[in-house]
Amino acid sequence: MKSVPAQTPLLEARKLTKTFGALTANDAVDLVVREGEIHALLGENGAGKSTLVKMLYGALQPTSGALFWKGEAIAIANPAAARVLGIGMVFQHFSLFEALTAVENIALALPGDFDLAALSQRITTLSADYGLPLQPSATIADLSVGERQRVEIVRCLLQNPKLLILDEPTSVLTPQEAEQLFITLKRLAAEGCAILYISHRLEEVRRICQRATILRQGRVVAACDPRRETPASLARLMVGGDIHAVRAHRDEAAGPVRLKVNELSLPPDGPFSVALKDISLAVRGGEVFCIAGVAGNGQSELFDALSGERLADYGHAVEIDDQPAGRHGVNWRRRHGAAFVPEERLGHGAVPMFHLSDNVVLTRHAVDATVAANRRVLRPGARAIADRVIAAFDVRKGKPDPEARALSGGNLQKYVVGREMDRNPGVLVVNQPTWGVDAGAAATIRQALVDLATRGAAVLVISQDLDEIFEIADRIAVIARGELSEAHAAREMTPEMIGLYMAGMAEAAEAQAAGEGSHGPHP
Amino acid sequence: MDAVLPILLTIIAAATPLVLAGIGELMVERSGVLNLGVEGMMIMGAVAGFGAAFMTGSPYLGILAAIAAGAAMALLFGFLTLTLATNQTATGLAITLLGLGLSGLIGKPFTGQPITRLPNWHGIDILVIFSFILTGAVAWFLFRSRAGLIVRAVGDNHTSAHTLGYPVIRVRYLAVLFGGGCAGLAGGYLSLSYTPQWIEGMTAGKGWIALALVVFASWRPWRLLAGAYLFGAISILAFTVQTFALGIPSQFLSALPYLVTVVALVIISRNRLMLRANTPACLGRPFVPDR
Repeated sequence: MKSVPAQTPLLEARKLTKTFGALTANDAVDLVVREGEIHALLGENGAGKSTLVKMLYGALQPTSGALFWKGEAIAIANPAAARVLGIGMVFQHFSLFEALTAVENIALALPGDFDLAALSQRITTLSADYGLPLQPSATIADLSVGERQRVEIVRCLLQNPKLLILDEPTSVLTPQEAEQLFITLKRLAAEGCAILYISHRLEEVRRICQRATILRQGRVVAACDPRRETPASLARLMVGGDIHAVRAHRDEAAGPVRLKVNELSLPPDGPFSVALKDISLAVRGGEVFCIAGVAGNGQSELFDALSGERLADYGHAVEIDDQPAGRHGVNWRRRHGAAFVPEERLGHGAVPMFHLSDNVVLTRHAVDATVAANRRVLRPGARAIADRVIAAFDVRKGKPDPEARALSGGNLQKYVVGREMDRNPGVLVVNQPTWGVDAGAAATIRQALVDLATRGAAVLVISQDLDEIFEIADRIAVIARGELSEAHAAREMTPEMIGLYMAGMAEAAEAQAAGEGSHGPHP
Repeated sequence: MDAVLPILLTIIAAATPLVLAGIGELMVERSGVLNLGVEGMMIMGAVAGFGAAFMTGSPYLGILAAIAAGAAMALLFGFLTLTLATNQTATGLAITLLGLGLSGLIGKPFTGQPITRLPNWHGIDILVIFSFILTGAVAWFLFRSRAGLIVRAVGDNHTSAHTLGYPVIRVRYLAVLFGGGCAGLAGGYLSLSYTPQWIEGMTAGKGWIALALVVFASWRPWRLLAGAYLFGAISILAFTVQTFALGIPSQFLSALPYLVTVVALVIISRNRLMLRANTPACLGRPFVPDR
């Protein structure tokens, strides 16, 4: 690493180490952040990015190593001390209080007088100034994810930060919202604020960041200028090897419709839940149908309706292989060849305290006589299936049949997906198949989804990850505010169109689709 | 008017302990702690208040002793649930059982003894007036002050509050101590003003009613006051109706306030959307910070 003596770095970490018991999350990490630069922190899940920034923000204390702020050695005892220095942080999983209003949330982070009226005024002025419109009196629970992020950013900006840390800020935004965020960040950098930008989206890092520090397994493996790298070279640095791309697609899906949803509407089932409005879709055997959308637009509600955790008002709302399933529960649907993988792997997809083999029983007891028969659980059968899944999906584990919580996120996700795939289902519904999963495991899971479709199954994938969607989808629809857009063939869709649908601007997107159709290579 | 005033005064007497204990519990729950030990804290306040007044002859010292006894029970509850992060439901039930038993033991020599009652005007005494001041003060505190905002923030999302640098455990300790003091005061009102004497088990479930009222009021102080007075009014009404011998079984009339509370709770709970939007999201969840 080179050093420029002319300018003292704003923040410097030397040999920063953090251990949790036997695990070394950060191992002698060096990091230099200068004023006015947008500095990317890259790495896979579990590479130690979050641990590092938590130490910079005072939420964790380093085991050893030193921090320098403007050249002086400091210890950041807690987040309040970090804020006093001028370090602000926007969290990936927001640290907002849902029951409180935007202005109350912001007041909680600011010292000084407690005058909500005056603060509301300042918020309105500042948010308009930076192009981040915000209603101070709005309750957080009523805001979209993008708006919540604005609250967090405005909260940081009101403290005149010298260093702003953003943890995967665009993972919850539509492409258009992300563009707006980049404009704001560039302006902040131009004003002299340093930005530490955590992401695994290499394209955007190459676009907006001047420098990048890459972490792998808790160590700095490279510091580079991302503009001089390619996405592939950055990915190699992150993963430490090549990731094989998902094998290309089969021909046009020609199978019969295996999963059908007809004008499904459901009221919300909680104050923070979304109503489903008149959703129709049809997935054919042999195709991967992806539903894109920003989190919190009805994805989990739709998943619950498809899996049978919530029943529809009439049977034909959901059809599996032409049989009305809308009034039948999840076991009936499983018996008719469907399988489901929910978004949350711990607590919904698997019981954390149960062994992997017991977790097999949970989704098989009604459909597989080798697992449960005559009201008895057959452990050898369950063990056999668990071993089969572990072998097929290369699930890494510490002991033969560990508890689900002992697996890392990526390995548990492989296991949960594999458990359902092992039944060779005719219909598979997956919600966020690779959320929070490292690149290697994600590639394995995506390949398995494509292979399952190739064998004739109808695969419905609900995902926020556009890269993933374009990698595996045959057809794409977008969910926004509980409504599902028309589905388009994947090759006719662009990220911009998906963004317009996400923003609820269906007409504009349709117009683009028509344009693509007439000018594109496939009329 | 002559007939209405006594009834009104008895309603006030029935509602005041509910308001005092309920407002305390409301603060506790707003901070995200479920304290099922209200009944136990209340009866400890009743016995301590009576004992102090009996031995010193001053009902005012009795009030202080009642508050202190409730707060002491709350300190024990806080140590278990906040410092040791035990299960709040089980701990609260244990505190109630402990309070009921311990108060019976301590109160043995006081049974049937007389004390100087708190000075009052037809039953309206300093504690009745204080219950209104307390309601207003807590309403102002929770929704108008920074400290109250912090209490609500801790109850809504303790992880975020911790990340922002707020001392979650300390805030909850203070709220629990405040709630315990209020419960003790409510007990003191029973033994120093309402009866005024010491009878074993004299709280007779009032702590539980106060707990139910907090939910009934959807964690809002003035609604809690209204609920307490509604409950008080129905108790008195049931009592008055009994004297007219209408052929309604007295057991039914005695049960009426509880039935009304149950029905009111069910009706309110039916609107799940509203209830969940008001419920402190971290209610009953122990907070254990990262290392």
